[in-house]
Amino acid sequence: MDVLEIARWQFGITTVYHFLMVPLTIGLGLLVAVMHTMWVRTGKAEWLRMTRFWGRIYLINFVLGVATGLVQEFQFGLAWSSYSRFVGDVFGSVLALEALLAFFLESTFLGLWIFGWGRIPKKLHLAALWAAVVGSIISAYFIIAANSWMQHPVGVVLDTSSGEPRARQVDFLAVLTNNTALAAFSHAIVASLMVAGGLLVGIGLWHLRKRSLAGRPTTEVDHQVWRRSVRVGGYVSLAAFMLVALTGDWQGKLMFQQQPLKMSSAEALCTTEAPASFSIFALSKLGSNECDDVRSFTVPYVLSFLANGDFSSPVPGVNDLQEQYSEAYGATYPDDPSFGDKAGEPIDYTPVLAVTYWGFRLMIGMGAVSAGVAAYALWATRRGRVPTSRIGVYGSLLAVGAPFVGNAAGWIFTEMGRQPFVVYPNPDVPRADQVYFFTAQAVSPGISATEVWTSLISLAVLYGVLAVVEFGLIVRFARQGVTDGDTTPTPGIGGGSTHRDDDDPPPRADDDASDDVLQFAY
Amino acid sequence: MDLQTLWFVAVAVLWTGFLLLEGFDFGVAALIPVLGRKPADRHLMLRTIGPLWDGNEVWLVTAVGATFAAFPGWYATWLPAMYLPFVLVLVGLIVRAVAFEWRHSSHDERWDAAWTRVITTGSYIAAGGLGAALGATTLGLPVGEGGVRVGGAFSGWSWPALLGAVAVLAYSVVHGAVFLSLKTDGDLRHRARAFALRWAPLAALPLLAWAGLVWLRSGGVVTAATLVVAVVAVVVTWVRLAAGREGQAFTAWAVVLLASMATVFGAAFPVVLPSTIDPAFDVLVSTASVSDYTLTVMTWVAGFGLPVVLGYQAWTYWVFRKRLTAEPEHAEAAA
Ligand code: HDD
Ligand code: HEM
Ligand code: HEM
Repeated sequence: MDVLEIARWQFGITTVYHFLMVPLTIGLGLLVAVMHTMWVRTGKAEWLRMTRFWGRIYLINFVLGVATGLVQEFQFGLAWSSYSRFVGDVFGSVLALEALLAFFLESTFLGLWIFGWGRIPKKLHLAALWAAVVGSIISAYFIIAANSWMQHPVGVVLDTSSGEPRARQVDFLAVLTNNTALAAFSHAIVASLMVAGGLLVGIGLWHLRKRSLAGRPTTEVDHQVWRRSVRVGGYVSLAAFMLVALTGDWQGKLMFQQQPLKMSSAEALCTTEAPASFSIFALSKLGSNECDDVRSFTVPYVLSFLANGDFSSPVPGVNDLQEQYSEAYGATYPDDPSFGDKAGEPIDYTPVLAVTYWGFRLMIGMGAVSAGVAAYALWATRRGRVPTSRIGVYGSLLAVGAPFVGNAAGWIFTEMGRQPFVVYPNPDVPRADQVYFFTAQAVSPGISATEVWTSLISLAVLYGVLAVVEFGLIVRFARQGVTDGDTTPTPGIGGGSTHRDDDDPPPRADDDASDDVLQFAY
Repeated sequence: MDLQTLWFVAVAVLWTGFLLLEGFDFGVAALIPVLGRKPADRHLMLRTIGPLWDGNEVWLVTAVGATFAAFPGWYATWLPAMYLPFVLVLVGLIVRAVAFEWRHSSHDERWDAAWTRVITTGSYIAAGGLGAALGATTLGLPVGEGGVRVGGAFSGWSWPALLGAVAVLAYSVVHGAVFLSLKTDGDLRHRARAFALRWAPLAALPLLAWAGLVWLRSGGVVTAATLVVAVVAVVVTWVRLAAGREGQAFTAWAVVLLASMATVFGAAFPVVLPSTIDPAFDVLVSTASVSDYTLTVMTWVAGFGLPVVLGYQAWTYWVFRKRLTAEPEHAEAAA
């Protein structure tokens, strides 16, 4: 493989991996903040235990999100320096502002939350968690604004004054209020809530069943902890699924205007249809990316509705669009060294059909699975019931993974669907003024395939190990459930550390539980 | 001051702030095998940096982000030219971050010890690697036409990189020791101070050498003054340590870094990455920067955002300001 291909694999693997932690951080952060708020307001023990239990999982996950996010920050420079030069004027500032406005907020206040138990006033302590959660959401907004700008570049002009073409920012507010960004952001936030909801349901049901089989009384606080978790998770999942569909529909309509080829590829729609039908299932010749080799089973009218909100609009097919794009942007890559091995080669404007088609369906399908499980859980726990069905409970546990897969599939679809461009031309701008960039010219010149292999392999191996240990830890912790340590009304007085002034009397020795708070912290 | 200069200063401040803050948590972690004789000592050492290291690391994220945001031409030349060192740094930072967390997930002493070792190793790698990167970008990298590296994967692994690595590592280790003497009590406090007292003068040498070399290349009167300040601060650190005034020593040792980095960046300006191939390929503030419009936008946002960030970061340092001792944390609840 050449540098370009290895670098793409590297970006894909590391980003998808990062995005396993991200939605859990966002979704669970919000829910834990709500639990903590409920505890501060009601003083009920179950809310405290829920805060402590889910808070711990949130933190275990958070650290890995930070660790893998660091890689993202450097990647654009390491492997994609031509891209970084081209988009620097708009992209870098969004990234830097994200760090300044969001990451400081997240890390500082999360630290305060972790080490502040019993050390700072209760309300302030709660506010610290909310500040961190708001930080995550701001961070998501900025990074999605950056990504959406690549999907639909606004607020920029093409600057050729230095000889090398560059994107030059002329309207920062336009970049931040890009309709693509608003849609994608709201979609990603509710998709994150699906992740968190699914987790609450799966683990909650498992504990409820275990307790019930062990004959533990339902009057105990722990029973309430798991029951509440299932109920909260179930409602959140269901509501989020509806919102995901709504916001996704909004995205679909924008996609139809901004990246029609992505829409048609997602449907494997070869020739223009009016009204267009939605494909349910498709078969294609193995290894072929020719649209005409695909046989599709369809429902009439639906695609027209998804694309344009009516039952008659024509939706252009892949073949027609491929031709239009070839005419507009060239049938072959320019014969220029900046295109590396691709210089002079023909350009395929059609993304990998199997990926876009199935990615889209997997995303929606996994969301539906998760919503179905949530409905089952709410039904099975109605009016104080405890489900003991093995299939139901273990099925729900398995379905915890579904929204994660849905998220990953959504991104893979979004990102691979914009190929061969890394910055997609904005169709609202006259052709001559369009700012766009091919993936083939984005990679760093001068780095060797060996270097990128080295980083790809080291990161992949490292990420693999982290995944195994991390998964093991979360499973072990989740099985353990709430522990006695979580019952103290003001857990871990003294925070992560004993502090005393020099003139204080020396603290009394006491052993054991000494790491308790840190146990919670890390 | 025009906007490009202002942002050059901002980027220099961010990198320096990162070295100053993360420097002590790198240093404390690096000192664990030296000063952490008993498990209780090691735990205590880690507890001094537990609440702070993540916030400190955001300075790195912001420094890199701001480098990209203000000077994409610098970011896009520097990172690929030092591809492997940066990857090594990333690996170091990742294992370090997860080790902080995982260390606690089992009561097994061996598990704990293993992850503590990972924290130490990761800190050495990250501090050394970032030092190398900073040394190279101020003393020179073999970049040619269009900012493309010449000479293959290892052409950037030269003496400037080595000097930068040693400088940042040595500085951080003593920084960590002074920090420990300030934040802990009892035996550990005394050993940390003794360590700093013994090594501070030597540990400052590579840093001063780095600053001196950049100054020799392109320094002026002001940067000569800052270099002198750095040297004087080394002496002050040593005298204050000997007098047992840890707070003052900590401040003086911080001044060593601030003045040295002021010399490095001040003397380097307006070159952000000198080419060792031909000065014609030097990356300059003017050629690497984004448009004035974007700089203006960022100046406004940062102008409002930065004071707030500095405010709440300072406040959390205040909340966690007290000395730590090896006694368990529930003591206070029991008292
Ligand atoms: C939808 C939201 C979202 C998306 C698409 C991404 N991230 Fe992320 N990122 C987050 C949302 C987030 C987060 C939830 O805010 C995290 C998780 C843990 C954390 O600290 O913040 C985070 C962590 C995180 C960190 C570590 C912050 C720290 O040290 O505290 C960095 C540097 C990045 N991200 C950078 C990126 C880049 C360059 C991305 C583009 C490919 C990216 N993230 C995709
Ligand atoms: C939100 C900020 C994001 C930005 C700025 C971004 C940017 C990029 C860039 C520069 C590339 C490499 C060039 C290319 O192959 O086109 C890429 C590829 C890719 N990204 Fe994203 N990305 C973002 C988010 C994500 C997320 C969250 C995921 C998945 C979870 C993702 C999945 C992928 C995949 C799978 C590829 C490889 C696609 C391919 O090469 O065909 N991206 N992205
Ligand atoms: C139920 C109907 C859904 C519809 C109609 C829908 C629609 C879409 C569309 C059209 C895109 C592509 C946007 C683009 O190309 O710019 C997208 C992206 C995405 N989807 Fe969905 N989606 C649905 C459900 C889900 C579910 C259940 C999840 C996860 C649990 C999910 C997660 C994502 C993610 C993470 C992305 C990429 C990031 C983004 O652009 O926000 N989606 N979705």
